[in-house]
Amino acid sequence: MNEIWAGLQAAFWLVARLDPDLVEITLRSLQVSVTALIIASAIALPFGTWLAIRRFRYRRATIAVLNALMGLPPVVVGLIVYLLLSRSGPFGVMGLLFTPTAMIMAQVIIITPLIASITHQAMRELWAEYHDLLISLNTSNRQRIGTLIFDGRRALLTAALAGFGRAIGEVGAIMIVGGNIDHATRVLTTAIALETGKGDFALALGLGFVLIALAMIVNFAIHVLSRTEREGRW
Amino acid sequence: MSMIATLTDATVKRRGKTILGPINFELAPAGITIVLGPNGAGKTTLLKVLHGVERLSSGRIQWSVPDAEARQSQAYVFQSPIMLRRTVGQNLAYPLKLVKAPKADIARRVAAWADKTGLADAIDRPATRLSGGEKQKLALGRALIRKPAVLFLDEPCANLDGRSTREIEALLAKAHADGTRIIMTTHDLGQARRLAQDVIFLLKGQYHDHGQAAAFFSKPRTAEAKSFLQGDIVE
Repeated sequence: MNEIWAGLQAAFWLVARLDPDLVEITLRSLQVSVTALIIASAIALPFGTWLAIRRFRYRRATIAVLNALMGLPPVVVGLIVYLLLSRSGPFGVMGLLFTPTAMIMAQVIIITPLIASITHQAMRELWAEYHDLLISLNTSNRQRIGTLIFDGRRALLTAALAGFGRAIGEVGAIMIVGGNIDHATRVLTTAIALETGKGDFALALGLGFVLIALAMIVNFAIHVLSRTEREGRW
Repeated sequence: MSMIATLTDATVKRRGKTILGPINFELAPAGITIVLGPNGAGKTTLLKVLHGVERLSSGRIQWSVPDAEARQSQAYVFQSPIMLRRTVGQNLAYPLKLVKAPKADIARRVAAWADKTGLADAIDRPATRLSGGEKQKLALGRALIRKPAVLFLDEPCANLDGRSTREIEALLAKAHADGTRIIMTTHDLGQARRLAQDVIFLLKGQYHDHGQAAAFFSKPRTAEAKSFLQGDIVE
């Protein structure tokens, strides 16, 4: 109990003093996770929607694989990305290992199936509603995907937020590919893991409270900006 | 643009059961055609295959213009209006945006059609919150905004009150006067008598009678059509 109280105090003073290290790793956490979210959304939203409207031979198998990939172990993703980016790996020449770019790559791999799967579920229902109208208007596949994404944007926001939640709280993969290097690749989650290892539970808890607050603020801000749960909105 | 459709042995089967056909006839290039028949006669299926949203199992439908052009110049109004999760104005604008109409043209036509459908005051309201009659008028406005050569309507006035039915019939009469070919199913014989120029009578998926409305209503050629017009249960 004392450690939780000490953690709350530590969190308060870290934020109140605008601790430079805290600001730096918080901004890096946001930079990595938001970039990963943007890239993953650009892939997953159209793909999940396409999967909802297209009928092809291995569609069911594709959906099953996509759903299975939602549970992709981050440590394994980290290991694979590490091997790909390490000096002896196929992309070693690019020198990306232990950089924020490598961390973004790992996070994109982890959250893309999650966002795509939730998108597919949401778009399947909307497609059932719109199917006859969009077919009768002779729309192209591209127009159908665009219409569904636009009209289902609030459901897709949930998918994106789920992806952001997974990305910002992820530690296994980014620890492996980022290396938790001070002033280079240290983010909130890897800093918490480090402080816990050092036995500084108060600071670790303080960073944990900052992380939770950050995730909640981002979620709340997006809900306010997108005007969900308002009268007359969808 | 007037278009003629020729159906040759047009047949639709689902799970081995014949829903429609084989049907052979030529659809006249102009006028208002009412498709009549009891439930399960294949009226909706006929409309859908003519419009191309449902495929034929066998046979063919040949439009007098290339298929792609025929589809682009047709519109369809469903029995249960499908509303995009957008405002009334955005619903009206949607078909025009699909063909990349100029913005000024879209704004002008949306305002005009909101006015014609009596929805000018509701232009910024979410379409899904409209009443049943308003939704059907919006669906009709959205279908007519591109000035289609052929308009298909599947029981557009089912479950609507008298006032909404009258308003929709007025919109249809105006569209017809402006040159749109109308093909519509209905259960309402009164409405069929008010609107029809020619009638197609379907029974059990078969083409049973087709003729000028006046002749069909006064001297139906088949016993089944006669029974149907008398209000008997026809199976």
